[in-house]
Amino acid sequence: MTRDEALFEFLLRMGDNTLILGHRVSEWCGHSPVLEEDIALANTALDMIGQTQLWLGLAGEVEGKGRSADDLAFRRDAWDFRNVLLCELPNGDFGQTLMRQFLYDAWSLGMLDRLKTSSEARVAEIAEKALKEVTYHLERSGDTVIGLGDGTEESHTRMQKALDYLWPYVGEMFEKDKVDEVMIAAGIAPDPADLRPRYDETVSRVFAEATLTIPDGSYVHKGGRTGRMHTEHLGHLLTSMQWLQRAYPGAAW
Amino acid sequence: MKHEWPLWEIFIRGQHGLSHRHVGSLHAPDAEMAVKNARDVYTRRNEGVSIWVVEARHIAASVPSEKGPMFEPSESKIYRHPTFYDIPDEVGHM
Repeated sequence: MTRDEALFEFLLRMGDNTLILGHRVSEWCGHSPVLEEDIALANTALDMIGQTQLWLGLAGEVEGKGRSADDLAFRRDAWDFRNVLLCELPNGDFGQTLMRQFLYDAWSLGMLDRLKTSSEARVAEIAEKALKEVTYHLERSGDTVIGLGDGTEESHTRMQKALDYLWPYVGEMFEKDKVDEVMIAAGIAPDPADLRPRYDETVSRVFAEATLTIPDGSYVHKGGRTGRMHTEHLGHLLTSMQWLQRAYPGAAW
Repeated sequence: MKHEWPLWEIFIRGQHGLSHRHVGSLHAPDAEMAVKNARDVYTRRNEGVSIWVVEARHIAASVPSEKGPMFEPSESKIYRHPTFYDIPDEVGHM
């Protein structure tokens, strides 16, 4: 695997994470429990779609086959996506959505913070910009997890249920394969495992305040970032996200 | 059982040097979330550099039905407007 082949894969992983999670969050638009949260979630979704344009735009450039960010987003099928499974899981209730967001934001912040010093200047530049957005996302999702976890009996029960459901998907973000080895050797991206201590520190602090308990067990659902096996949910998401470009190929406005 | 979040009045400073201006209101469970919600609702288009939030119940207001005694007496006191001074041109805009 050449440096650029690995870089392309790495950029797909970054861009597909923000694309798929951004789309998921956008599904709340007009449906949130209160107006303020509706706007806040839409802002978060838009930030992530903006990051997607940068990551997938660069991916297309690195690939060198003339594919744009839009081509990559709307003209690939499920098995070509490289997002972690966590990002494609359904929204569930509002609490589950915010729990998923928090678990992702905490990883994203650590990752972007390391990518700021990437040897690949274009990667460092995107990380620098995205980091400001993600710092705010994490603050908001963390506060909401605390507010709902340490809230009423009902909200606490729902948040614990969300954490129990989502936690087995966290491990995939710290997996390492050949792509990562090339990225590490080239000084482009960190060893995913190196992000774990800071991540554990962040989530432990928030869950302690939220009176939530990380479930036992070490089973990790994976297969998203390698593309080996996505969940059934991704295909359903793509049918709605890609519908327009599939029905009217090349449509623009 | 109904738990409504309290109402907050939002004040935004548009740029350095200007004063905070009332832009609207929103609901939030506490002051910190009110600032965050204000950021998301009222500064999406780069409108602000600073946010104040005040819980609406802390604002004491004049009573609309008393606006006669409250405001009308000043209508007839034009001498309170210093418009009768001659301002030299070289002073420029005041």
